Amino acid sequence: MLQVKNLKVRVEDREILKGIDLTVNTGEVHAIMGPNGSGKSTLARALSGHPGYEVTEGEVLYNGQDLLDMDPDERARAGVFMAFQYPVEIPGVNNAYFLKAALNAKRKQQGLDELDAIDFMKVVKEKLKVLHIDDSMLQRSVNEGFSGGEKKRNEIFHMAVLEPALAVLDETDSGLDIDALRVVADGVNAMRSPDRSFIVVTHYQRLLNYIVPDFVHVLSDGKIVRSGGRELALELEEKGYAGQTAAGARR
Amino acid sequence: METLVQAPAWVKERREQASRRFAEVGFPTTRQEDWRFTNIAPIADAKFPLANGTFGQASSLVAGVKLPGALTLAIVNGQFAAGLSDLSAMPKGVRIAGLRDGARDGADGLERHLGKVFNIDAHPFAALNTSHLDDGVAIFIAAGAVIETPIHVVTVTGGDGQAVTAHPRVLVVAGANSQARIAQTFIGAADSVYFNNAVAEVVVGEGAIVDYYTDQRESERAFHIANIQAHVEAKGVFASHAFATGAKIQRHDIGIGLKGEGADCTMNGVYLADGERLMDTHTSLDHAMPHCTSHEIYKGILAGKAKAVFNGRIIVRIDAQKTDAKQTNRALLLSDDATINSNPQLEIFADDVKCTHGAAIGQLDEEAMFYLQARGLTRAEARDMLLHAFAGEVLEGLKIPALREQIETNFFNALARDVALTA
Repeated sequence: MLQVKNLKVRVEDREILKGIDLTVNTGEVHAIMGPNGSGKSTLARALSGHPGYEVTEGEVLYNGQDLLDMDPDERARAGVFMAFQYPVEIPGVNNAYFLKAALNAKRKQQGLDELDAIDFMKVVKEKLKVLHIDDSMLQRSVNEGFSGGEKKRNEIFHMAVLEPALAVLDETDSGLDIDALRVVADGVNAMRSPDRSFIVVTHYQRLLNYIVPDFVHVLSDGKIVRSGGRELALELEEKGYAGQTAAGARR
Repeated sequence: METLVQAPAWVKERREQASRRFAEVGFPTTRQEDWRFTNIAPIADAKFPLANGTFGQASSLVAGVKLPGALTLAIVNGQFAAGLSDLSAMPKGVRIAGLRDGARDGADGLERHLGKVFNIDAHPFAALNTSHLDDGVAIFIAAGAVIETPIHVVTVTGGDGQAVTAHPRVLVVAGANSQARIAQTFIGAADSVYFNNAVAEVVVGEGAIVDYYTDQRESERAFHIANIQAHVEAKGVFASHAFATGAKIQRHDIGIGLKGEGADCTMNGVYLADGERLMDTHTSLDHAMPHCTSHEIYKGILAGKAKAVFNGRIIVRIDAQKTDAKQTNRALLLSDDATINSNPQLEIFADDVKCTHGAAIGQLDEEAMFYLQARGLTRAEARDMLLHAFAGEVLEGLKIPALREQIETNFFNALARDVALTA
């Protein structure tokens, strides 16, 4: 589904990603871990097409298409979703209205009929129930005045409605208490399917107790220094990131 | 002129006084602080003749904005046009008078209020309007009357191919504890040139609640100057909502005097300009008495080489303790060539007051744009959504549903046109 080859990314004048190689097959859940400043979120944002993240080298293929050649909205409509680390507050834009526009943009691309308000609400109510999210969130402005936990839940709610093929979760666990973390993890787990892949970017192993990954990659100084199964995350929890350098990986 | 002969002495007197005042001060120039950024030479130089009242397109223009179920009062080139008005929904407690007939018949309250709500010395164009005082409409709301029927004044200006000047005039007197919603639409034939110099005076009696909406959708080649001045008595509530999409040069002076204790007012507006058009808004809030509150939000969207001026004056007089005044001015500049001069002007003489102001001028929030795009909206769709949200905060204040729909449609059509031309 996704092949990242030798991806190098620059933010302002600094090279943050220094050659990332990563293959995500359909149905797999990959965790990207690493200390602060290792480039985890940069990878997520580069995949989503954020204009502040300049790709200087490398290639990203999404279902055989050149992802880097697509605008952010084209990526979204093609089925790539990013749950933001810091969801943006947008005063005056109704959450349900926005989500309906986003869903219909995607449906239009797929050649499906646009949903009217009634059909859209049917879809939405069902997702809210699964996610145990209060429907008052629908009629508020997008993320405006939301608590940290509400913002992250809203991201998961958007993901559930948009049903992406590839979801990138950028530190969705940061700042969440254990109950909110469970809601987020349950939402992701409910969506796991053989047709859908996830890239879960996280600093802490804690989230991976709830969202059990198929693969774990450790990022350090802009490169993947180790890859393994779930046990790698447990090892990191025990020993910390110290020693997880490129040199350490070779040992 | 026949009308001049008929006018009672007090009208002639006010007219002459204003005429003398205007002769003294003349048209303002950019050397005057209040007009520093707004050069009205195109108006002063053009010397458009006074319109004679007939205008072939007036009836279709009125019909185009007529609100279902409302009282419709048409003013064509400054003259009250009974034939184009619709008073069939006249509720109990409302009295309407054409100013000319009202003055001749000695309508109660007219002499007391007409020309008394504002100071002609401070407003040269209002003096010019008053020097031509001849006709217009007066709306009286009886004490205690709660009027559900919207009252819609449609102000039409134009001269069937000839560029003309008009001086429309409106007076609203809301008695104690009455309630009413009044809208005024300014309209002319698309792409026609004219000069509309309007004055509206509003008296909000003790405990009365009055909303006053203006929709300035003049021709984009017209010149539009308006003075809207209100007095609010004790515990009265006045809300002014101004929407503007038209005119080559707009100058709005909106002044509200809080003249009794516990009065409250809202002064909101949103405007849109493109091309080389100019939108100038001067607001003035006079907190003269204690325990009054005021809320002000003005927003602008500017594309192309459009210019805007916002001057927000708040005076808190020495007796106006416990004043609570809040002013916000925001503008979005959609192109590098668009400009705004924003100037809050606070003059506070009382010591126990809460007075805040803030201005934010900028582009669309790129992080918000990216967030919307990352969910699948195109850049154009994301921009439209943010612009609608920006204007929406003010549009939401429209409490007449049919009027809100009409103004929103016009505003967003104008937005699509102006922004598309820029993009």
